[in-house]
Amino acid sequence: MLYARLIIMRLFKAVIVLFLIVILNFLLIQLAPGDPAAILAGEAGAADQEFLNQLRERFGLDQPMYVQLWRYVSGIAMLDFGYSYRLGVPVFDLIMARLPATLLLTGTAFLISLVLGIIAGSMAAARVKKPSGSIIMALALVFYATPLFWVALMSVLVFSVYLDWLPAYGFYTVGAGYTGFALVLDVAKHLILPATTLALFFMAIYTRMTRTSMLDAAQQDYVKTARAKGLKPGIIQRRHVLRNALLPIITLAGLQAGQMVGGAILTETVFAWPGIGRLMFEALQQRDYNLLLGIFFFSAALVIVFNIITDLVYRLADPRIKGAS
Amino acid sequence: MSFFARFAQNRGALVGLIILLMIIAMAILAPLLFPESPWRMVQRPFLPPLSQDGFPLGTDTMGRNVAAGLMHGAWVSLLIGLVSTSVALLIGVPLGAIAGYYGGLIDDILMRFTEFFQTIPNFALAIVLVAIMQPSVTSIVLAIALVSWPPVARLVRAEFMSLRNREYVEAARLVGQTNTTIILRQILPNTLSPIIVLASLMVATAILLESSLSFLGLGDPNVMSWGYMIGAARTVIRQAWWLSFFPGVAILLTVLALNLVGEGLDDALNPKLSRER
Repeated sequence: MLYARLIIMRLFKAVIVLFLIVILNFLLIQLAPGDPAAILAGEAGAADQEFLNQLRERFGLDQPMYVQLWRYVSGIAMLDFGYSYRLGVPVFDLIMARLPATLLLTGTAFLISLVLGIIAGSMAAARVKKPSGSIIMALALVFYATPLFWVALMSVLVFSVYLDWLPAYGFYTVGAGYTGFALVLDVAKHLILPATTLALFFMAIYTRMTRTSMLDAAQQDYVKTARAKGLKPGIIQRRHVLRNALLPIITLAGLQAGQMVGGAILTETVFAWPGIGRLMFEALQQRDYNLLLGIFFFSAALVIVFNIITDLVYRLADPRIKGAS
Repeated sequence: MSFFARFAQNRGALVGLIILLMIIAMAILAPLLFPESPWRMVQRPFLPPLSQDGFPLGTDTMGRNVAAGLMHGAWVSLLIGLVSTSVALLIGVPLGAIAGYYGGLIDDILMRFTEFFQTIPNFALAIVLVAIMQPSVTSIVLAIALVSWPPVARLVRAEFMSLRNREYVEAARLVGQTNTTIILRQILPNTLSPIIVLASLMVATAILLESSLSFLGLGDPNVMSWGYMIGAARTVIRQAWWLSFFPGVAILLTVLALNLVGEGLDDALNPKLSRER
């Protein structure tokens, strides 16, 4: 009951945020350089006045601003994001075709970074003031400071060009005709480099968060009690410290997961991964503003979905939290 | 203990400071050592590093000197990092101060506004902004500032909320100081140390953002930047590893140095906090 109300509240908030992003998008379209009708006409190769007017009428560009805004907002409410100026295909179809690849990439990277980050962070917390703990934190700082796209390029150089272990780009081997399990294996092979390089940066963040959170939790009274009872340090770390330290990590992980969509733009560009990040890069190169803004809207929507999911997981993980917000 | 002594106790911070000073020196010396435009083609393309005098890091796909690009790029990275952080502070500090000082409805509205900006994926928004404003140093600075002010506003708000009922603020109110004076002269100076620490970390993030934008081809077409160099070399990674390797190391070192310095500043400015940790 309470749960249902919570979900409704969150969805309501999400709708408001998305509505504001749609308005922001509309304003940005107005700021985009050039007359869209002239751009379209230029593509078609003819630019006499009559043709321009026809185009304006067809795309509603001759209407007053508020009518255009209404059309844009109501269009998006019905999942109509307009057409890609360059490709002549509905933006929604383009994004939907690319979404699964991005979800696979960011989902895998999220799991890798969270699991490895928590392991590395708890190891560092257990070895605080020891050289091994400092080394873990130093490595985390280096990964945090490394540009994503550069790690991606360097891993291509090492693992694809020199060692020839893994494919450098793409989603699967074109022309190999794999099916069933062989195809899954092939995609997995292509996934390793992009997912790992995307995960490194976030792993660094989770490592630092886990360490701080564990050190905080270790100060609590119940840990002292556990120690006084004579429990083994390993058990205290796992059962008493880590469990409680995980809660703040879940919240922050949800916030960071949204940024992963942004990181995917860089990784997908380097690895020619056919997701919405790569689509955004292509839209950029062709100055396809309508497509660009459609993808922007979608990435914001993904962030909101991620946040709602972590919020729900958080409540499942910690039954003490019952109230709203 | 003096401020610098506290700072220098953190050995990492000292290393960071040295690296940072070296990069600043690179930026200053660039026009002296390489007076020619880094865009000029000066040798045959794809010259490997150390193969010819005057080209210690080789040449790129168009025969431009990589070492010259690297040094001129240092200037651009530092400039964009500093200016965009300043602009972000100019947005975030007043918003956070007003929200934290006045509280109530103003606080609610400003914080909803901040949350909205925090929900939007940073990097995607920066890309869209630069693409629509057309790539230039100004548009890049604005875009980075617009996506990085929310943490400042939140930090300043929290500081103001904890300070607004302190005795010295009450005293200032009693002697009839205006709200503006209290905000600017009484509370703000006491929030400076966390702001300085956050700002040093923001410069690092801004440099990463700038390099990512120019990597995607959204850099100012008139200035040489590290991200651009890597982006332009992306497709020839098999033939010429050095074209993307060196600028990447430069970005890594700069961002690392700024983070280390930030940690050192944190230790030096908040000695009590760091001892507890």
